[in-house]
Amino acid sequence: MVTIKNLSFAYGDQKGISFPDFSINKGEHCLLLGESGSGKTTLLHILGGLLRGYSGSVEVAGTELSALSETALDHFRGKHMGFVFQRNHLISALTVEKNLIMAPYLAELPVEHQKVDDVLRSLGIAEKKHTKVTELSQGQAQRVAIARAVFNNPPVILADEPTSALDDKSCAQVINLLIQQANAHKATLLVATHDQRLKDMISKQISLHG
Amino acid sequence: MNILLLVWNYLKAKPLNTALNIVLLSLGIAVIVVLLLFNKQLEEKISENARGIDLVVGAKGSPLQLILCNIFHIDFPTGNINLKEAERIAKNRLVKNAIPLALGDSYGAYRIIGTDQRYAELYKAEVAQGEWFSEELEVVLGANVAAMTKLNLNDEFASAHGLTVGGHAHDEHNFVVKGILKRSNTVLDNLILTSVESVWHVHDLHTEEDHQHHEQDTSFVASPLVPSIAAGDSTKEITSLLIQYRSAMGAIQLPRFVNGQSSLQAASPAFETARLFSILGVGVDILMAFAYVLIFISALSIFIALYNSLRERRYDLAIMRSMGATRLKLVVTILSEGVLLTLLGSVIGLLLGHGVLMIMTAFVTETQKAGISGIVFYHEEWIILAGSLLLGVLCALIPAWQAYRTDISKVLAGN
Repeated sequence: MVTIKNLSFAYGDQKGISFPDFSINKGEHCLLLGESGSGKTTLLHILGGLLRGYSGSVEVAGTELSALSETALDHFRGKHMGFVFQRNHLISALTVEKNLIMAPYLAELPVEHQKVDDVLRSLGIAEKKHTKVTELSQGQAQRVAIARAVFNNPPVILADEPTSALDDKSCAQVINLLIQQANAHKATLLVATHDQRLKDMISKQISLHG
Repeated sequence: MNILLLVWNYLKAKPLNTALNIVLLSLGIAVIVVLLLFNKQLEEKISENARGIDLVVGAKGSPLQLILCNIFHIDFPTGNINLKEAERIAKNRLVKNAIPLALGDSYGAYRIIGTDQRYAELYKAEVAQGEWFSEELEVVLGANVAAMTKLNLNDEFASAHGLTVGGHAHDEHNFVVKGILKRSNTVLDNLILTSVESVWHVHDLHTEEDHQHHEQDTSFVASPLVPSIAAGDSTKEITSLLIQYRSAMGAIQLPRFVNGQSSLQAASPAFETARLFSILGVGVDILMAFAYVLIFISALSIFIALYNSLRERRYDLAIMRSMGATRLKLVVTILSEGVLLTLLGSVIGLLLGHGVLMIMTAFVTETQKAGISGIVFYHEEWIILAGSLLLGVLCALIPAWQAYRTDISKVLAGN
């Protein structure tokens, strides 16, 4: 599902970061471990097509990302990837429901309103459907972010430090939900983190050293 | 979910900012609309009222006053002219048509005009009820006069001397309503028409005897202006003559000919109204400038609002990109936000402008008399609408460009 070879990236004139080659199969989950500054986020952004200008090969769902134009990459991202970030980054002007609807709308997929209830129910926040996202707790907001990431049934879910801002209890809940949702949607889950609490949750691990 | 709904939600999330922007813009637009409607209608009414009248001949004084008094019936007469001298003008070979006007009396706020049927024909007016006046002291009412004074056919009323309300009443001579004119949306709607003789009659008790005296005279030659009077009568006076030229030559020669006579002056309605507009224009220009300042401030305010909200929304935009939105979509979203703001502002402004004029016409009788209405639309309003949409695009251009250039990876990484 995800394969990288000879990948390296340099910000401007700085010394480049080289990444180890690895490959993740469909439905397999993986942790990207490393201290801050080790290039976890950079790698995750490259895999997600958010960052271009790298050298080497990145193949996601059978497509070489560097071969896509900027617009094609946007469309590809919308249909094949779901993102969860450390800060949940929901669109504050919209309700929970409309935040979820944004996923198929922006990816130009048909909007299934029934699915909003299904996804929210499976994440235990069905009653928050019409709540403004500014009125949610941190944990609830992160669940909405997960719901949004899985809404389009993407084959790949990329999570950047999804738990580091959470306490132990929420941390366990969130990572369990992520794994559970990824399994339910038969998606490959990739978590970039320095959070040691996650080490025991996902067996496949790739360590990065800046 | 679509762009419009998304943009609307963003605007709704900041109700005060949005309201301020809309109010500023709509006030500016409303001022422009009121000026546009007022000016346009005034110009139309003026050209309608001056239609068919090439020249006004009256007593010496201000030419503008002569026009205002004898065409629009809002100012006072410059004085009287001798009927004999007026006849000399009327008989000039360059004159196709000369209509006498005798002013002096009024009823309520409405002027009584001594003239003949040709005056009403200038405005293609028709009698709606009753018939045209034939005897002395018979009158025909304009449509507004009939509606406002509630006078009916065959009702009698006494005129007041002078053209202002509260003049000395001529109660020994009662006018009789013989007819009511159809609405013509011209100055005629606010006038009471009668014969020139009637006006003389209420001012001069001896008219009756003179009149009979002339009819017995075998050498009687009727005046071309007032047929019941002998030509060359040196005692009778009228207020003015409305003249139509026979040919374009009239415009060149006649005013000079008239102004060469010691007691007469000629004024061209076209020239004087153009002069009037250039005088009024200063005030209109100041108001217009004020409206443009309002619109400029609102544009600035919309630009600042979009620019600031873009800074707050950098994460939103990056997230939207991560969810598959193309750069073009973000640009369109931000441009739509600017356009939606200015669209709301201009639509509200247009409604406000029409509303203000409607209220004004409902409460200010002068605007009613002038025939100005708030329920009239001009194609210039489309230009205002299109212009404000363009303004929205302009205000959103820089923020949209910044959204286009945003490095999503950097924003999402939190640097």
